Amino acid sequence: MSIAAANVPLQSGRKRGVWRGRIFVALLVLSLLVGFVALGTLFFDVLSKGVAYVDPVLLTNSPSSDPAVAGARPALLATLYLGILLILFTVPIGVGTAIYLEEYANRDRWYNRLLELNIQNLAAVPSIVYGILGLAFLVRGLGLGRVLLAGALILTLLVLPTVIIAAREAIRAVPSSIREGAYALGATQWQVVWRQVLPAAIPGIATGSILALARAIGETAPLILIGALTFISFNPTAMGPFTALPVQIYNWTKLPDPEFKALAAAAIIVLLIMVLLLNAGAIWLRNRYQKRW
Amino acid sequence: MNIIETPVQLAQQAERQLPSAEHREVVFDVSALTVSYGDKPALKNVSLEVYRNFVTAFIGPSGCGKSTFIRCFNRMNDLIPSAAVEGRILYHGEDLYGAHVDPVEVRRRIGMVFQKPNPFPKSIHANVAFGPRVLGMTNDLDGRVERALQQAALWDEVEDRLDESALSLSGGQQQRLCIARCLAVEPDVLLMDEPASALDPISTTRIEDLMHELKRDYTIVIVTHNMQQAARIADMTAFFSVEVDEGQRSGLLVEYAATPTIFTKPADKRTEDYVTGRFG
Repeated sequence: MSIAAANVPLQSGRKRGVWRGRIFVALLVLSLLVGFVALGTLFFDVLSKGVAYVDPVLLTNSPSSDPAVAGARPALLATLYLGILLILFTVPIGVGTAIYLEEYANRDRWYNRLLELNIQNLAAVPSIVYGILGLAFLVRGLGLGRVLLAGALILTLLVLPTVIIAAREAIRAVPSSIREGAYALGATQWQVVWRQVLPAAIPGIATGSILALARAIGETAPLILIGALTFISFNPTAMGPFTALPVQIYNWTKLPDPEFKALAAAAIIVLLIMVLLLNAGAIWLRNRYQKRW
Repeated sequence: MNIIETPVQLAQQAERQLPSAEHREVVFDVSALTVSYGDKPALKNVSLEVYRNFVTAFIGPSGCGKSTFIRCFNRMNDLIPSAAVEGRILYHGEDLYGAHVDPVEVRRRIGMVFQKPNPFPKSIHANVAFGPRVLGMTNDLDGRVERALQQAALWDEVEDRLDESALSLSGGQQQRLCIARCLAVEPDVLLMDEPASALDPISTTRIEDLMHELKRDYTIVIVTHNMQQAARIADMTAFFSVEVDEGQRSGLLVEYAATPTIFTKPADKRTEDYVTGRFG
């Protein structure tokens, strides 16, 4: 019997199945390449055109009609301010909403379910729509004017759903046995949330917030809509007119002088580095505080 | 000599010096307790008394409602929105489900150890100190932590690494840490929901020895599906079973008596079938 078994060839005769597998893998690699090649081409194009212009002049000078001395300092600073304000606004509101939805809301109530559905939908609303809302409601309705604070508030609205969803995932990932253990010791709901659930969820919340920030920093459309597309040669303030780095890039690409196009490429590199640093920070946080239960 | 002892033999061997019936102090007086989740009853019409400084075990097959029952004593079922409790539990004469009773106050006095060790993702010290901290018992916190760990027979193993993560401990150590965590707030009663079911035999023995020690100071209620365990450690044993009524399964209390009685001369045929291994 064992001899009979040994006589059966181990090579499979099912060539068709083998080919199917190979075609499938080839398709997977192809879909990877589409994204990779497109991004790679853009990246090298930008790098080859702009790298020579990434210098102190770009970082410290104001924009100018003379490309030799033109820089992006006001735009760069405005982007930094926008980022800081964004974190200040988004994290407390986003985490607060997530805590309410995960820990307090009764999911059997229709209004809580409606709220959840709407948050999911808001995450998919195009950014230009937030820009229109900001223009109508913040800039004109509340009379804030075309100021940096209005820009920060619009970006806050834009990324809030993303932050809420990320924070909810992080809070949900805290095992219920941790909550039960804390309740069983006589902790109140407030103590359970504040001392156990939130500390355990912080790595996930931080990662989600940073990724949302990275997205917001590259946003252009809503800022253009509220009037960030102006020539600003002074440092921005919260209540003053402003331009942001992606808007500055857009601005430069429209100018006929090819040197400005190179400057735009250089500013893109700076923006890429900022986003890359933020993402790297998110990955570091995730690995540093990764929990096992 | 038998190497593997039956629950019956264990129940006969175990030394039990207990107060006579008239000297027993009632800690919990349960009458006509029914628990349901939504419109599904989980446990029907249970009445029994739990005595001070006794180890009381709840045994029975899966789905008999014994875990549901033990969670009524510290109102953990309150955390499940669909759970409804009818009937009455008196704790030292006071209605646990009375209108003005705060479940948080109940849980301060009635600690619970869960089936799966659930240490907080914090240091060993912070785990034990959590209860005292949330209850404002922060006087001599380090001394309190040390005493709790000693009571839980864990101190010698962790005294020089109190700042390490509790998750670095073995499963058995984690469970003793969870016991220490309960003891740190000086409870009156310890509820244990299958505390050894996720542990290896050596850790299980340590937990059982610990219960013998703790019985002197605490009242212990334990759910177990291990009959040998109930026979070894429990003074009183309650046997629960499953009943199917109009297609709905629910648990009920079949028999409650001193452990030797349950294992050697049970009054109910269902108890006898279960403890002798003919069912379940």
